[in-house]
Amino acid sequence: MYHWIPFWPDAAAVNAVVVNNLYVAELGLSAVIMSTVVIMMLSFCIRYRRGSAASRANLVEETWHFEAAWTAATLGVFLILFVWGAAIYLWLFRPPPADEEVYVIGKQWMWKVEHPGGQREIDALHVPVDKIIRLVMSSEDVIHSFFVPAFRIKHDVVPGTLETIWFKATKTGVFRLECTQYCGLQHATMHGQVVVMTAPEYARWLAEQGVHESLAAQGADLFRAHGCSGCHGENSTVHAPSLRGLYGTLVHLQDGSVRVADDAYLRDCILNPRSFTVAGYPPVMPDFSGQLGEDELMKLIAYIKSLRRDQELGQ
Amino acid sequence: MSTTTFGRAPGASSEPSYLTSENTVVSWLFTRDHKRIALLFFASITFFFFVGGAAATLMRMNLATPQGLLQPSLYNRMFTMHGIIMVWFFLIPSIPTTFGNFFIPMMIGAHDLAFPRVNLLSWYVFNLSGLVVLYALVMGGADTGWTFYTPLSTVYANGYVFAAAMAVFINGFSSIMTALNFVVTIHRLRAPGMTWMRLPLFVWAIYAVSVVMLTATPVLAMDTFLLAVERFIGIGLFDPRHGGDPLLWQHMFWFYSHPAVYIMILPAMGVVSEIIPCYARRPVFGYAGMTTALMSIAILSFFVWAHHMFVAGISLYSSIFFSLATFFVAVPSAIKVFNWTVSLHKGRIVFDAPMLYALGFVLLFTMGGVTGLMLATLAIDVHVHGTYFVVAHFHYIMVGATVSAFFGALHYWWPKMTGRLYPEMWARFAAILTYVGFNLTFFPQFVLGYLGMPRRSYAYPEDWQSWNLLSSAGASILAVAYFLPLLYLGWSLFWERKADANPWRATGLEWITSSPPPKHNFERTPIVQLGPYSYDPENDTFVTQEGTQDAT
Repeated sequence: MYHWIPFWPDAAAVNAVVVNNLYVAELGLSAVIMSTVVIMMLSFCIRYRRGSAASRANLVEETWHFEAAWTAATLGVFLILFVWGAAIYLWLFRPPPADEEVYVIGKQWMWKVEHPGGQREIDALHVPVDKIIRLVMSSEDVIHSFFVPAFRIKHDVVPGTLETIWFKATKTGVFRLECTQYCGLQHATMHGQVVVMTAPEYARWLAEQGVHESLAAQGADLFRAHGCSGCHGENSTVHAPSLRGLYGTLVHLQDGSVRVADDAYLRDCILNPRSFTVAGYPPVMPDFSGQLGEDELMKLIAYIKSLRRDQELGQ
Repeated sequence: MSTTTFGRAPGASSEPSYLTSENTVVSWLFTRDHKRIALLFFASITFFFFVGGAAATLMRMNLATPQGLLQPSLYNRMFTMHGIIMVWFFLIPSIPTTFGNFFIPMMIGAHDLAFPRVNLLSWYVFNLSGLVVLYALVMGGADTGWTFYTPLSTVYANGYVFAAAMAVFINGFSSIMTALNFVVTIHRLRAPGMTWMRLPLFVWAIYAVSVVMLTATPVLAMDTFLLAVERFIGIGLFDPRHGGDPLLWQHMFWFYSHPAVYIMILPAMGVVSEIIPCYARRPVFGYAGMTTALMSIAILSFFVWAHHMFVAGISLYSSIFFSLATFFVAVPSAIKVFNWTVSLHKGRIVFDAPMLYALGFVLLFTMGGVTGLMLATLAIDVHVHGTYFVVAHFHYIMVGATVSAFFGALHYWWPKMTGRLYPEMWARFAAILTYVGFNLTFFPQFVLGYLGMPRRSYAYPEDWQSWNLLSSAGASILAVAYFLPLLYLGWSLFWERKADANPWRATGLEWITSSPPPKHNFERTPIVQLGPYSYDPENDTFVTQEGTQDAT
């Protein structure tokens, strides 16, 4: 929506509405604080200016209970804001079960997007309206930050880890996508658009992108090409942990710790297996750091995630 | 206003002033007099203020149009240099090295700082670091932003990143020396009767800031050293390809740089706490509360660094801890705002230039404070982090408030430092212009930030031009307001009336000695009878800390 002078960004996701309410409340509180200070200052300045006849007798000296009361009141208000903000923050950054999962890779200076069906786009993200969309994000070089103002969501995309955020758009339309972490020379041009479509339009859009091999299928090819299937495959004689139904389960590691097999865990295991040796298995897996690009990792993870209990492992 | 002479005053003497006692270039370059060193620092930081300001002017010019006027590489180098120079070469040293150096010994009744030679060395080290940063700037500059985030700064950035980081590294030693000197001086050299609870609040503020500087700055030295090692040898501390963690840099950097924000604002709070009682002609409200607030801000400032990283991918629970700690540090700041405001109640208020700057400070600081609460609120920070909202917020605190206090201090103590008054109407005009120009520049940036304009972008969508244009227009007013004092204060040195020992009828010990002070500050060591700010608005009288009573 275009205003001659814009004051307010669109609120086009459930996330945006919740954050916006908090912002409006805090804006109101700020106005109260600010005007209290201004009114007190102005009225004292006028009443007690040099030359006014106002009485200066009985000057208020230090009164500790007055100061203590003021301090306690301030702290009380601050604590309310803190709890409110923290509750929404936890909700924002704990993705619920997703209807759709999209991979996003930040790279100087573009956003590369891969849909589960294998459709790719650059500096654009097409999503259906009213669905919970989960983004799995990583960076190929420096730290970027994925920001959609109309959704009030933002997360840094840090090389070396996978980050996930989610949103549920409530309106169709085109919204700005920004990079808010300074990432080098062309940082200012690293933006794009999020296109929110109705479900049928979205299905049509996916189909128009042509026939693609799904991400998981591409991952399966990589799984064979890099020799993973030699050990993790069904007919392998090497004693390696099974990957079937692994995603989302708890994994007990050699060092006694327990990890959830999420996207970040799978990524860590592929790149740095010796640090994540599964209990009861010999640490024999070679490390793949430096051999796989971020998009290849995404595909491998998509493949491993797609492996259900009853599914055949790639040979 | 009566022109009382202080017949008994220990300092009022016929000795030549510190300015005229010796007058060769060598006597200035090898001086051990804290007052002369203060002026040397003043010259250095004024130079850097205008260098940093020139970079800011270019940036605001560029942002007047959506597509920008400068090359991207030039713009990126300008905001990096603007940040580095303004933070380390102006804001951090500004008030402590000039007014702290000049007035801390005088306010506690001492003849000099504890280590005069270290003080001089601090100025030389500062200038050395200044030369290195100018070298980096002239050779082409660095384009990492002043925060040097890895792996951009260690692997991907071109330019003189190493030189810029080394300048910061060397600069830290100057900070540490200055801070050490203040701590020892305030502990050891107070005049008889000058107990801790009789210290002027400016002395308390400098004490608090010195403690923060001494404890935080060594971390900065380690940070910049490791950055240099990483950039040259690539040992992989911050590089995930070698098992390092890019967020480690952010933790280490903010562990110094968050307290650094308080290094900038604490001395400003001290200045304002001197000015308001003097021009309101009444004791500051809640002296003990003010000292407690200063010290608690100093301590709490070490526990909030990760509030710069709420969306960086740190654990959700550590974010919650750092958000809570940030709200806690806001409490003593709120106490101070409240006390300054109440200090006007039943006063006999005079609206001279220093007072206008001080009142401007309180308003700008409050504005920075309430927007700081928004940033401390986790869910709101998610949206506004990395946008112009943050830029506006920290400029309100670091520039609006700190620079206002710096100019307030400059006007308040100018007669003491130079022995000359200044044209009052011009000074009031500059103070009001600063306030107007500042708000016009930075208020629109809050709106832009909430709209989603990322910081450090040389281009933006056309919808946002009106706000950017307003901001750029404000910046040109602000530039005039900052430049104006240079003219009339310079003029005052030659043509303005001479100031007497205590032109504002203030209570501090620095005002009992002649203006400008003699070389050793006081003829004999003053004996302190009272705490500061013994103004009586009812009878319009005041008592200096040395016990001399007078009518205003």
